[in-house]
Amino acid sequence: MSKTLIRGARVLGGEPQDVLIDGGTVEAVGTDLSAEGAEVVEAGGKVLLPGLVDLHTHLREPGREDSETVLTGTRAAASGGYTAVFAMANTFPVADTAGVVEQVYRLGREHGYCDVQPIGAVTVGLEGRKLAELGAMHDSAAGVTVFSDDGKCVDDAVIMRRALEYVKAFGGVVAQHAQEPRLTEGAQMNEGVVSAELGLGGWPAVAEESIIARDVLLAEHVGSRVHICHLSTAGSVEIVRWAKSRGIDVTAEVTPHHLLLTDELVRSYDPVYKVNPPLRTERDVMALREALADGTIDIVATDHAPHPHEDKDCEWAAAAMGMVGLETALSVVQETMVDTGLLDWAGVADRMSFKPARIGQATGHGRPVSAGEPANLTLVDTAYRGTVDPAGFASRSRNTPYEGRELPGRVTHTWLRGKATLVDGKLT
Amino acid sequence: MQRHLISAADLTRDDAVLILDTAEEMARVADRPIKKLPTLRGRTVVNLFFEDSTRTRISFEAAEKRLSADVINFSAKGSSVSKGESLKDTAQTLEAMGVDAVVIRHGASGAPYRLATSGWIDAAVINAGDGTHQHPTQALLDAFTMRRRLVGRDTGLGQDLAGKRITIVGDVLHSRVARSNVDLLHTLGAEVTLVAPPTLLPVGASAWPCEISYDLDAVLPKSDAVMMLRVQRERMNAAFFPTEREYSRRYGLDGDRMARMPEDAIVMHPGPMVRGMEITAEVADSGRCTAIEQVANGVSIRMAVLYLLLGGNEPAVTQSRTTDSRTTEEK
Repeated sequence: MSKTLIRGARVLGGEPQDVLIDGGTVEAVGTDLSAEGAEVVEAGGKVLLPGLVDLHTHLREPGREDSETVLTGTRAAASGGYTAVFAMANTFPVADTAGVVEQVYRLGREHGYCDVQPIGAVTVGLEGRKLAELGAMHDSAAGVTVFSDDGKCVDDAVIMRRALEYVKAFGGVVAQHAQEPRLTEGAQMNEGVVSAELGLGGWPAVAEESIIARDVLLAEHVGSRVHICHLSTAGSVEIVRWAKSRGIDVTAEVTPHHLLLTDELVRSYDPVYKVNPPLRTERDVMALREALADGTIDIVATDHAPHPHEDKDCEWAAAAMGMVGLETALSVVQETMVDTGLLDWAGVADRMSFKPARIGQATGHGRPVSAGEPANLTLVDTAYRGTVDPAGFASRSRNTPYEGRELPGRVTHTWLRGKATLVDGKLT
Repeated sequence: MQRHLISAADLTRDDAVLILDTAEEMARVADRPIKKLPTLRGRTVVNLFFEDSTRTRISFEAAEKRLSADVINFSAKGSSVSKGESLKDTAQTLEAMGVDAVVIRHGASGAPYRLATSGWIDAAVINAGDGTHQHPTQALLDAFTMRRRLVGRDTGLGQDLAGKRITIVGDVLHSRVARSNVDLLHTLGAEVTLVAPPTLLPVGASAWPCEISYDLDAVLPKSDAVMMLRVQRERMNAAFFPTEREYSRRYGLDGDRMARMPEDAIVMHPGPMVRGMEITAEVADSGRCTAIEQVANGVSIRMAVLYLLLGGNEPAVTQSRTTDSRTTEEK
């Protein structure tokens, strides 16, 4: 098997060390390791992290291959430093059967850029009425453990309760897209001062918070684990904090864009800023950062949502919701969390690799950078600053809100089980 | 405000006063036997209406024709999406036919702004109402009507509406007229009060430059003008208020309420009126109601806006479009 020596890398932001990869495994971590028989990558003080794990990705295949495929999406993931992504179930057909989740799983394995762990739908067709065959998806080759109707909320309290209970039998978790549907009919953006002025339908914070409050109480009642997708408001943070203090088994994620952007950007009426849940206020952004730092929010997940150009090159109301995020996530986290002093690189590894892997039970991912562990690694040039140019994206779609924005950090290398998927910023 | 008219909030006080003064000049044309100016001869204006609005479309059309523009009416009912063609393609198709200005009415808030700022077309864009966002020519014609009635047709020239107390009553939540009026009236120095049931006021309206009240009777004696907004009966079914009758009792303007207004105060309505809902026939048909005058003034205001954006020698607004075929003003 081939050997690679990463020389002088700051593992999790610590003192420079050498890391030797042999085959698919980290062979040794130390100083002055022998380069004999190994290809050498001079890290020169770059930060080495465990391969990132995204618990919330839309790969669009099957059904919307015009916006992304498993191949283009996993290439984007590798570019962004990811070695595992969880693919959301809102494909066409919906990933609500063993057949669909196995297809997505196999495509990821075949392409080899990034492990793809399918998420199964909670209900048939994401319609919120009838439980999908959760057990069959778990027992399939894809081994699904995370279930979500993402894009839609499991709003029926009884269906949610049953799902929370049912997946306990095989250690699954339900990831809730918290959005009370009646309160968000016609919703186009965060409800507040800006929506009042722009005349766009409001998406009130309470529509998210009320569902989270209900679901943590349901999880407590039935003794289940619940995961909250893309938490976006200061009030949601307070509820999750309260739930954790009560010992409720809840985890939560935040997207990079909710850590950086606010609804003031909607004044441009440019649908590149249209996303669900919507961009909120400065106060929410600050509360989310603080919650990610103190652990109330467990992880960063991208909600990478590719859309073709025509679905964004139109009037706001007609535009699709969502942003691509895999290739900019780490930079945004560096900008909002590391460069602000809220989180160190070990903290980033925790929020973007260790914990998401644990929540999603991604075997072999989110492991420490130490001898004997799988060589899923990413090397980051944290001193870099550059302007985001979507033309260089590996994703098939370009709907990034960061075009032209200067952001820090650049992933230069990614290894998936010892095989380089990204070398010097170029996909292999 | 640049070379487009997208939002009443983009107008400075001087922009707005110039438009009102110009509209007075235009109004004199309407008093002539031949109601026509050659100002926009050879210029093409398209009225691009994605929503039905016969009265606004006809008002713009009358204004365009009185300025001798070539007029194209394009009615694209329903959204661009349901039609299958995008707003971008529709606009570019029209521009390819040589259009100098696009007057757009669209159900989506922000559609005119997108049209003006996305690089899709070069033509000047005039917002004729977008979703629940803005309807700037409506606000201008309302301000014009108020200035005439409350300040005076001749004495009003060069003046704003400083100190005038304007009350806007009704479905503010779904109203682009209310938003445009709050912006423009504030710019013109008026004191605005919005009156509505709390359900029909947007969350966030507290940040607007106006007062908010839930009590119409308390506000009426302190109003120089009371603008009644249309309330669609369907709102009842979405629980914005319990019944039509309850709405009328609490927020409708009838003769008794009108009697509580100061003697010279006027009643305004942007139309179409729902008689018996927000306004009784007695009030609508009284001499204090300016609804019909507003329609007439709408043509003058739209002439003024088109003239200043496309043809004026002394533009109210900077015009970045460099056209060498600008026709000279002949009056």
